[in-house]
Amino acid sequence: MSKQVLEKESVVVKFVGDSGDGMQLTGTLFSDTAALAGNDIATFPDYPAEIRAPHNTIAGVSGFQVHIGKETRIIGDKCDVLVAMNPASLKANLKWVDKGATIITDCDAYDEKALEKAGYPSNPLTDGSLSSYRVISPNITTLAKEIAIANGLDPKSAERTKNMFCLGMVYYVFNFDLNTPYKLVDKRFEGKVKIAEANKKVLQAGYNFAETMEEFASTFQISNVKLEKGKYRNITGNEATAWGLLAASEKSGRDLFLGSYPITPATEILIELAKHKSLGAQVFQAEDEIAGICSAIGASFAGAMACTTTSGPGLSLKTEAIGLAVMTELPLVIVDVQRAGPSTGMPTKSEQSDLNIALFGRNGEAPCIIMAAASPSDCFYKAYYAAKLAMENMTPVIFLSDGNTGQGSELFRIPKMEDLPPINPPYAKKNDPEFKPYRRDPETLVRQWAIPGTDGLRHRIGGLEKTDIDGLVSTDPNNHAKMVEFRREKVIRLAKRLPKQNVYGNVNADTLVVSWGGTKGAVYTACKEVNASGKSVAHAHFSQIMPLPENTGKIFAKYKKILVCELNSGQFANYLRMSYPEFKYEQYNKVQGLPFTVQELVGAINNVINNKK
Amino acid sequence: MGYKTMERSIMPLTQQDFASDQMVKWCPGCGDHAILNAVAKVFPEIGYKKENYCIVSGIGCSSRFPYYVNTYGFHSIHGRANAVATGVSIANKKLSVWVATGDGDSLAIGGNHFIHVIRRNLDINIMLFNNKIYGLTKGQYSPTSDLGAVTKTSPYGTIEQPFQVGELVIGAQGTFFARAIDTNPKFITEVMLEAAKHDGTSVVELLQNCVIFNDGTHQLLTNKETKDEYQLILRHGEKMIFGKNKDKGIRMRRNGLEVVKIGPNGEGMEKVLIHDMYNPNPGVHLMLAKMSPPYFPIALGVIRSADFPTYNQLLQAQIDESKMKSKIRCVDDVLNSGDTWEIE
Repeated sequence: MSKQVLEKESVVVKFVGDSGDGMQLTGTLFSDTAALAGNDIATFPDYPAEIRAPHNTIAGVSGFQVHIGKETRIIGDKCDVLVAMNPASLKANLKWVDKGATIITDCDAYDEKALEKAGYPSNPLTDGSLSSYRVISPNITTLAKEIAIANGLDPKSAERTKNMFCLGMVYYVFNFDLNTPYKLVDKRFEGKVKIAEANKKVLQAGYNFAETMEEFASTFQISNVKLEKGKYRNITGNEATAWGLLAASEKSGRDLFLGSYPITPATEILIELAKHKSLGAQVFQAEDEIAGICSAIGASFAGAMACTTTSGPGLSLKTEAIGLAVMTELPLVIVDVQRAGPSTGMPTKSEQSDLNIALFGRNGEAPCIIMAAASPSDCFYKAYYAAKLAMENMTPVIFLSDGNTGQGSELFRIPKMEDLPPINPPYAKKNDPEFKPYRRDPETLVRQWAIPGTDGLRHRIGGLEKTDIDGLVSTDPNNHAKMVEFRREKVIRLAKRLPKQNVYGNVNADTLVVSWGGTKGAVYTACKEVNASGKSVAHAHFSQIMPLPENTGKIFAKYKKILVCELNSGQFANYLRMSYPEFKYEQYNKVQGLPFTVQELVGAINNVINNKK
Repeated sequence: MGYKTMERSIMPLTQQDFASDQMVKWCPGCGDHAILNAVAKVFPEIGYKKENYCIVSGIGCSSRFPYYVNTYGFHSIHGRANAVATGVSIANKKLSVWVATGDGDSLAIGGNHFIHVIRRNLDINIMLFNNKIYGLTKGQYSPTSDLGAVTKTSPYGTIEQPFQVGELVIGAQGTFFARAIDTNPKFITEVMLEAAKHDGTSVVELLQNCVIFNDGTHQLLTNKETKDEYQLILRHGEKMIFGKNKDKGIRMRRNGLEVVKIGPNGEGMEKVLIHDMYNPNPGVHLMLAKMSPPYFPIALGVIRSADFPTYNQLLQAQIDESKMKSKIRCVDDVLNSGDTWEIE
């Protein structure tokens, strides 16, 4: 029987199951295999806040989505292949499956109780409701268990290999050979030879099983994308953030200090940095969010490259201390991996709704630098620049990432340390008779960093307003006005020294689409599609939020319509209204804890283009 | 770094080396003046290089302290002195870190940081000014105000049990606790020197009088008529004897301590406890820290100074070991670790 091979530019595969079914592992193995085969990839984990929510329920569904192939700037709207381990995960994810797509599911999991828990009145595998999909539903548990037991596993462990059986089938569907997966499995189960061997056998059984099936008359071949020459790896946004901070520490020669408290979805940065004691990283897991940032401020005063990492609720707790860092003009990187709020909100779902608190969430007038990451690998560079700007400008920098960016992954072209720009903090010199805590560089308004322990630089700083230059406690009205202005102007003037804003797409179009942070991939792709359809749109994606790039107003002036797309109710749009009130801004917003789909953005952009008003 | 390994000043220092040019703005008669004076004396005596002292404070009257001593200093925000000091201490091994804080700053708004810094045995020295009142906000009760204390926010008397600082410190696995009173600056200097010698978190509770809002709160310890009867000065290796005529002692009886009368010929003296401040077992230390009038005197001096590894030492040991063993020696190594591949 000869089988047909379909060439595709990109595919989306989603693995879903109970939160204990090993879906994150299955997805990771698949994306790693694809990446090692030279494909561009993007991944997106989707999991519940509960570690083990009730078995077989919709609340307990955990997923991992992989986008392989060309232009994987986004995690992909809809999937070509859905692997669903039980009825609940099928039900929760069917809306993400295109008609005609392939669904692989385990018919052993469709007993009466599981159907009832998932809320299916009848069995979807037999009642014809899935007739518009290509459904493949062998007895996966039975088959996997049999092979795993034959290879020496106990029944309970054997049952757990069912995800490997599915994965084997998926490898077949995409014409991957199993050499790479075998290596990855060996690595994953290092030191547990028996388990590794059994898993490999089940993986192969799934692969062979798919090969014999009529339903798989056609398989996919993903066309390789031409990536820029170089050395690559897969990286998550949170790992990239951690490494960017390490890179800035090495480049600046200042030990890294992280004061942090675990919080979803930022914890992985703390976990990653805690591994790197050999690089001198001082990682302090504090008793709370406040101690996290306050210890970092203390460390910064004492001469470290200090950072704190958190998500929305933690940022709320840190606001008073950020004000202290503004007042004392100490370098500090505050990483906020945003999640859906307010309050506890939806901890595992992503949003861009912390922009307002980053911009305005402090008492008094307390401006800081704000930047945002556009993608997982971009987190490396943005974290590096955040630390560079903090140290060179003696000011806190808020670095906004988000759940999807932080926990999602993509290919990362590995940079060389020697290629990163230098970091030169404004140190005060030993025994400098001219040293004063608030003496500033006349051009940049930046004060000096006098590291405790240095001869001849003893000084006191703190949260109370201080006199210009001398830094003595003062309530003098004119001095206060002057210091408020210095603190503001220092941040504003930075715009002159920062890169200019770029515009992509049809630069001469009438309509400009504006986005910021982690939505770059989706908005970029949507604009591209609109332009490919014969219409015309330009796209400006902002990573530098405060201060805004110097040419922002000039860019906006060129366009008749400006559409601001963001995953909140319009916080960036309102910030632009405040900063450039002379322009009119239209908005496209989504606040569902979900990323943008390209399709909805294309619709929104076309609406604005077509609107003649 | 510990007491023994800190860099010493080559030139002998004097109180003048730490004099600040700032006007001290505490109320006349405030106990803080005496404490400031004692600290200015103890720094030269400890003998570290003057650039290696760092004072960190929170908010409150006592937290203005850093402005009045010429060292590196950080006046932080309310309750966070111990959290800020944690970062200072971890990040800069050269420094001898001193925290100036009060009963509100460390026991109310900053209670969490206080117990955790002690639990970690971070190498810092905490000077906790206890005047049992909120002074800077003008007279509200604090977590150490006596039960029933009438203040602006407790016009009918407080209905809260106060914290006893020593009990909290020892309960949080504290390795050093001492107590001194503002009317005896010489004794403060003595106790502070012991605190400096102790590697790990030292807490010195400084009983301090707020002349404006809580005058006389420690009067049993300060009045001529009562002070000898209510002060037990502890010294390591010496019997726990007190009273104007040195005729009272502390002994162990059943499950607790009791005051015993010592006869004119030393009757009963054999049972009087000898103070062992270095005992790692906190049992007797806790009982001593908890003693209070009317049935007991208040213990002053170093109650506990137990030798345990500090956070700083353990962290440095891990860093040193990782540097020795790990294959990751620079960030290029990190970037190229794990699965990577070349695209031609």
